[in-house]
Amino acid sequence: MSDMYLSDYLKKDVANEPIRKGFGRGLLEAGKKDENIVAACADLTDSTQMSLFKNEFPERFVEIGVAEQNLVTVGSGLAAMGKIPFVSSYAAFSPGRNWEQIRTTICLNDQPVKIVGSHAGVSVGPDGATHQMLEDIALMRVLPNMIVVAPGDSVEAEKATLALAKDKRPAYLRLAREATPIITTDKTPFEIGKAYIYARGADVTIITTGTMTYQALMAADKLFKDGIDAEVIHCPTIKPLDTKTILESVKKTGCVVTAEEAQINGGLGGAIAELLAEELPAPLRRIGMKDRFGESGKPEELLKHFGLTYHNIMLAAHEVVDKK
Amino acid sequence: MADTYSIPELEMKANVVRQDIIRMLEHAGSGHSAGPLGLADIFTALYFDILKHDPKNPDWEERDILLLSNGHTVPVRYAAMAEAGYFDRKELMTLRQLGSRLQGHPERTKLPGMENTSGPLGCGLSQACGMALAMRMNKQLHRWVYVVMGDGELNEGNIWEAAMLAGKERLNNIIGIIDRNNIQIDGPTEDVMPLEDLRGKWESFGWHVIDIDGNDIEAVIDACAMGRAIVEKPVMIIAHTIPGKGVDFMEYDFHWHGAPPNKEQAKIALKELRTLQGKIRSEHE
Repeated sequence: MSDMYLSDYLKKDVANEPIRKGFGRGLLEAGKKDENIVAACADLTDSTQMSLFKNEFPERFVEIGVAEQNLVTVGSGLAAMGKIPFVSSYAAFSPGRNWEQIRTTICLNDQPVKIVGSHAGVSVGPDGATHQMLEDIALMRVLPNMIVVAPGDSVEAEKATLALAKDKRPAYLRLAREATPIITTDKTPFEIGKAYIYARGADVTIITTGTMTYQALMAADKLFKDGIDAEVIHCPTIKPLDTKTILESVKKTGCVVTAEEAQINGGLGGAIAELLAEELPAPLRRIGMKDRFGESGKPEELLKHFGLTYHNIMLAAHEVVDKK
Repeated sequence: MADTYSIPELEMKANVVRQDIIRMLEHAGSGHSAGPLGLADIFTALYFDILKHDPKNPDWEERDILLLSNGHTVPVRYAAMAEAGYFDRKELMTLRQLGSRLQGHPERTKLPGMENTSGPLGCGLSQACGMALAMRMNKQLHRWVYVVMGDGELNEGNIWEAAMLAGKERLNNIIGIIDRNNIQIDGPTEDVMPLEDLRGKWESFGWHVIDIDGNDIEAVIDACAMGRAIVEKPVMIIAHTIPGKGVDFMEYDFHWHGAPPNKEQAKIALKELRTLQGKIRSEHE
């Protein structure tokens, strides 16, 4: 779609980059624009790409050590004094380990701490189930006052970081480890709370977040050859959900597939199921992790093994179209 | 704060704070008695001598910060804040009621002058670290973060994560105060989960430790003054207090940790407090 200014993502040599790299650039940029931007990390400064900021602004960076409860709670204290803290670790540890501290000292206390969880999803690969965070969307989405953002590529991650840096609310930013195809460009719009129609269609609505948006776009291209005209909605903000864009699309198409690299229970799939059940019941299939943990393997192997590819989205689309 | 008070005047204020605690808890019908009574002298010293603050301008940018980490003792803070003029004393009787700014556990967003939301234990010292780091980044050299913690809450791992960070960063603008009253819900602290050697623990984490009688207002003021003079380390004041201090039948008894007085008990407690008879050291007597 021309109004989304997407890249030539269908090309075989589409550029790839880890989503977390965009965060690193965005944080550095945000730090240059606003001296109240500060950062803290739990012994993973290079992995989470916070090192760019640390190297430029060492006096505004705090090394917390392997202590994720302290990480977010120190963030709460920094925010209370007018700072906008970005606090990062792997998603499995933050918000995996420190949910209560986030609930009490950030959400209920209403402090604008930005929790950055890197290495989310099964595509972390060989590290195995302990490090493949899949429950983070559910954990963060249930908290009042919390914003949940999962960018679809590194370019969008940079924009999301800059947007969160200007936002006064608590937020969770979900990042992935592996190189992900770059589907957007500098001109592609991003706003917190907005979902975007990346491909227009009339037969089925495919709603995706994070790394799965590329897979959905691939699926839509192939579905067209099967005679199914799919609409792909990229939903980087899982909370607050852009219900208007979603419901308008489903009114038109009458059936839905969701896709995410996370537990569908409580994840994007959960959020869409809740919305549709109340507002617009429609045939729905949810692609994602289905109440199980991951395991070690190569990222591509794992995505295939757990049914997280464009092929699975295509099968689900056929299924819901047939049910209309 | 233009007003300064003599020690006997402060002791009388602590007594008023204790009476308000009893009235609030009896009226609310739930809440914690022992901790707030034991902390009355410390909060009186903080609000009427130690803290740089302005009840009429709670967000004053140069104020010292007071964090309450063990949020269940908040009635003592509400009573001291009302006495200091943050809000009308009548509001104390709304404690724990629907729509009240005085929540069962403190909420920053509800009440101006309440610096943090707490209740789940072990978070205050980490927040103090964040605030102290922000002050350092802002080059504010004459502001302090005071953080009051319970002794039972030192069971929380989060506390020791913060203790390590403050030691590493040499956050000398933090003055911690541990309410060492030796009780927690399930019994004496040394039975539930021993804390001793408590002084040695903090010292080994890089803190300067001061032991005091936490029911001696002058000792609290002096320890904080010394704390502000220690520049090379964060300071932890271990304030030895008597739980339920000032009310005979509550003192030392862990059963009063989480219970309020009933009407009859409140009457006895208030009578005792009105006629101190030497329970709290005062030059008046």
